[in-house]
Amino acid sequence: MVSAAEARAVVAEIPDPEIPVLTIADLGILREVTIEDGEHLVVTITPTYSGCPAMDLIRSEIAGRLGERGVEDAEVRTVLSPAWTTDWMSEEGRRKLREYGIAPPGATTEDTLGVACPRCGSSNVREISRFGATSCQAQYACQACLEPFDHFKRH
Amino acid sequence: MTDYSTYALRLGDDALILSQRLSWWSSRAPELEEDLALTNVALDLLGQARTLLASVGDEDELAFMRESREFLNLLIVERPNGDFAQTIARQLLFSTFQLARYEALVDHPDEAIAGTAAKAVKEVSYHCDHAANWTRRLGDGTEESRARIRDAIENLWPYTFEMLEHDSLEAELGVDPASLRERWEVEVGQTLEAAALGVPEDSGWRPGGGRRGVHDEDFGYLLAEMQSLHRAHPGARW
Repeated sequence: MVSAAEARAVVAEIPDPEIPVLTIADLGILREVTIEDGEHLVVTITPTYSGCPAMDLIRSEIAGRLGERGVEDAEVRTVLSPAWTTDWMSEEGRRKLREYGIAPPGATTEDTLGVACPRCGSSNVREISRFGATSCQAQYACQACLEPFDHFKRH
Repeated sequence: MTDYSTYALRLGDDALILSQRLSWWSSRAPELEEDLALTNVALDLLGQARTLLASVGDEDELAFMRESREFLNLLIVERPNGDFAQTIARQLLFSTFQLARYEALVDHPDEAIAGTAAKAVKEVSYHCDHAANWTRRLGDGTEESRARIRDAIENLWPYTFEMLEHDSLEAELGVDPASLRERWEVEVGQTLEAAALGVPEDSGWRPGGGRRGVHDEDFGYLLAEMQSLHRAHPGARW
């Protein structure tokens, strides 16, 4: 029998399908891993955006990885409330994002300081579009080094 | 226990049908950034619709197997895309209303409705900003862009009456649209003023019937495109 902590360690390593440098734990998508009634494993996840197309893939990855550990009947539960926020993104996650070339969101949703270029660090940046390659990103360009980059929106 | 399914269906159909309309812009918008923006808005709306429809029944059955008369969406969301200005005007008028409605529903007793509302508030505020920014740009742009956004707002204005009229069923199960009118008028009015566009006059023509399943002729074509694949190949997957 796999404990809740062991199961959590297994699923926490699952990469986000769209930004694979981040795990679902880094992103705050993974909310909880519990054992109900002494034997029923429940993994609770929450979508970043309502229409996030990665959720189906994440669900099947969770079932697959737990299956490899012999847990065949785990339940993956999706909750909408409380609504996901970038405040739940780990420090580690923010660092990985920056290194990957995506400007991370501010430390908290209250943090309204500007976006910094992930390449040169300049805060002299320009928003090109509030919408980007995925729901959670916006497009920016650095005015200092001219690098176009994605910004993970505060949400 | 109160049955909220009709209400969830109304909210879900508004989101679903506008999402279907907007997704047409994929690869057709005036620039790449706009292509991404409109399809991202469509995706947000589709996500909201899926949660709401799934709380009522099988989401595929509801989206793909219902007939025109069974859809409960407002007429404004099914209005054809028209030109870019028409699409933006529709978004401004509807998103401003939809945001106010979701904000009023975050503490709703139904879990699917409250959960969707809480998530959607953040998403739709982006949709509002986007539509308001474009309305200002078009209104303050060239003579051509200005004429087009003015015509678009005037064309769609009559449909806002159905959206904001008193509805006793909605007042009982969620929020009365009429209670959102004042805020809506202020917010839309500010954007129109910033775009140097006036608020259109009420011509007295106020089309309605969407909530009873009475839709425009264009709606049949929209459904045919949305539903034909599922009906021809039930259960088809990519």
